[in-house]
Amino acid sequence: MDSLQHLASGFAVALTPINLMWCLIGCTLGTAIGVLPGLGPALTIALLLPITFKVEPTAAFILFAGIYYGAMYGGSTTSILLNTPGESATIVTALEGNKMARGGRAGAALATSAIGSFVAGTIGTLGIAFVAPVVVDIALKFGPADYFSLMILAFVTVSAVLGSSAVRGLSALFFGIWLGLIGVDLQTGQARFTFGLQELLDGVNVIVVAVGLFAVGETLYMASRRLSGGDEIIPLRGSLWMTKEEWSRSWKPWLRGTALGFPIGAMPAGGAEIPTFLSYFIEKKFSKKPEEFGHGAIEGVAGPEAANNASAAGVLVPMLTLGLPTSATAAIMLSAFQSYGINPGPMLLTTQPQLVWGLIASLLIGNVMLLALNLPMIAIWVKMLQIPAPILYAGILVFATIGTYGISQSPIDLILLYLIGAVGYLMRRYDFPTAPVIIGMILGPLAEQNFRQAMTISAGDWTVFFTRPLSASILLLAFIAVAGPKLYELAKARKSDPALAKS
Amino acid sequence: MITKRDLLAGAAAVGAAASFGFQGAQAQTVDLLKIFVPAAPGGGWDQTARMIENAMRGAKLIGGAQITNVPGAGGAVGLPQFINQWKGQGNSLMVAGMVMVGSLIANKSALSLAQVTPIARLTGEFQAIVVPADSPFKTIKDFADALKADPTKVPVAGGSAGGSDHILLGMIAKAVGVPAPKVSYVAFSGGGPATAALLGSQVAAGISGYGEFGEQIKAGKLRALAISADKRQTGIDVPTLKESGIDVELFNWRGVFAPPGVSDEQRKAMTDIVQKMAASTEWADICKKQDWTQITLVGDDYAKYIASETTRIGAILKDLGLA
Repeated sequence: MDSLQHLASGFAVALTPINLMWCLIGCTLGTAIGVLPGLGPALTIALLLPITFKVEPTAAFILFAGIYYGAMYGGSTTSILLNTPGESATIVTALEGNKMARGGRAGAALATSAIGSFVAGTIGTLGIAFVAPVVVDIALKFGPADYFSLMILAFVTVSAVLGSSAVRGLSALFFGIWLGLIGVDLQTGQARFTFGLQELLDGVNVIVVAVGLFAVGETLYMASRRLSGGDEIIPLRGSLWMTKEEWSRSWKPWLRGTALGFPIGAMPAGGAEIPTFLSYFIEKKFSKKPEEFGHGAIEGVAGPEAANNASAAGVLVPMLTLGLPTSATAAIMLSAFQSYGINPGPMLLTTQPQLVWGLIASLLIGNVMLLALNLPMIAIWVKMLQIPAPILYAGILVFATIGTYGISQSPIDLILLYLIGAVGYLMRRYDFPTAPVIIGMILGPLAEQNFRQAMTISAGDWTVFFTRPLSASILLLAFIAVAGPKLYELAKARKSDPALAKS
Repeated sequence: MITKRDLLAGAAAVGAAASFGFQGAQAQTVDLLKIFVPAAPGGGWDQTARMIENAMRGAKLIGGAQITNVPGAGGAVGLPQFINQWKGQGNSLMVAGMVMVGSLIANKSALSLAQVTPIARLTGEFQAIVVPADSPFKTIKDFADALKADPTKVPVAGGSAGGSDHILLGMIAKAVGVPAPKVSYVAFSGGGPATAALLGSQVAAGISGYGEFGEQIKAGKLRALAISADKRQTGIDVPTLKESGIDVELFNWRGVFAPPGVSDEQRKAMTDIVQKMAASTEWADICKKQDWTQITLVGDDYAKYIASETTRIGAILKDLGLA
């Protein structure tokens, strides 16, 4: 097979000592920046762009790709241990992961996320090598109308994180949607909810909100509990490693997460967040122990972690096959191509096969390296939880503040961080779930923009959502997700009802 | 005469005071050039700043450069900071361009580019109007005819509302006699997602910088109908809007500015350095690689150009209902 041959030659490029070194540097650096909330892969690669004048292209891209994959690994560590998501794609990981850590299973949560990331990253990278052209053709068929329906499907799945009280869950969701609407409207250029502040014109960064709600809010809550006498020392239970039961509960979510993440990541407006939401929902539905969700269910870590790494591989599909950047990181990687005078585009694979296949091979090697880097680290990371609570939470606060300031060096972001932290504290105190805020904030504006794009394209004809086959089928799926379980119960009740069975 | 050591000591003492180092009778150089980028790392202005650093260093015009990014709202967030906090610093430059002119008007900012010191316009990117390969539009005339017949049936993709792509569509509509607010403009978050919508035939046409579409055009996946340059470009077999009878010309230009409150000598010295860079082979190489058209313009001509651009873009944004 042609692809296999190319891949073999790619390994020949990637396995040279110098390229292995770049891969190792990239993976290490990526893990480190993934841990810090403010520093994302896009910013890091942008700052490293000047090396493109000194280093040959293949080496530079191996470095950049290592950073990209590494950040996905690193982001989950702080989500699980400190409830402080380093990346927007690891926000869902914090939901169950942090609960697991509090239940003493931090080691298992870190292990399932590292191995899940490895499995998903490897399958996803093989996907780039073998099915990229097919995937990208399908992904391009998605228009704004279809995306809107996909967002509806994602919104429907939100019920999985709304918690027990619908009023509280929905208020949190709408608070998030409102936060997402702040800034200049893409379609009309008008400012919304900016209160005359120029700094708000570009909107509120989702990382600031996530860190404020989860980390700052949590810290305030802990402090208030401590004042009133309560103190929690997180116990370590059982082995550091995953138990046999945890293995058997993890492997299916890994595969399902990969199956969601890779194609959605390849879609131009897909991103890494939506597949993690969908994966969380699906795992809750499929789980044999759904009652554990919200209290540290390992499936809720394994699935979304696999989904975000698979989507990172998915994003590279349109970039390498069409030269289309669909995420900030991909856009900056493409601008690096340009400084080498390589024009990224549909011809990239034919004009620069050595570069592309070398990159794919080094991604596979990078995945192995990341696993080797992350697994032994678990024992060290877990010790962090034994730091006495006041010191640990003070540390989290410092870490969250520095990370947030790093995003844009703007004092407004810091004020927002603490305001949202205070809101997070009140939400926690009065038992409102915080996850719907983030979901509303990410999905709300996306749904709105896609809806309006679809309506502009169709010249105001709203039936477009039902007449486009893709859109209609996704809406049908959403309907089944809502009504399916109820209908199923109804049918079951009918069967078991003797009066009805006789008639 | 000021030696390098004196200069460093002086700079340390007065903080970020103007620090031109005239080293003996040699050509004028700046030890440390400070470049202010009112946008995030990785974008067009940021790349321009980093390329200026490379070219100037290559041509030995500066010792080094320090780049500060203050992103937000097409430069509307950064500009007040440059005006207030960088005032009078003769060793600093801000990268800005047409996008900022539009953004300041659309965001009803109290500030304008008239409040900073114009040094030079450096590069421009002309835009292209493209359609998917299987589109019925073969020429820009087909597109204009369809627009005239019913603008709502011709959805056009581009970057954010009020940006250069939207402005060009407004200008074309006006030139062919279609009321600008009637056009059906679909804003995407950038050239990448807009290209994806075009490749998937989700929209009838698209507008963006030519470089954004160049490779897709070469591969035959998109067809360019016209470009917004003033004349035919070598190596690009696409007519201009003007030669197709649509009297519109638009460059997404980028240039550099000094802060307000610099002395005339400082302004002249900085203009000299930038002019030398613009004439260097290093800069020519960079522009070729990045697909930037060199459109150097300095001094009062540049100031006049900015004033006329502000009027022109303000008018078209008003037509589009955005200002």
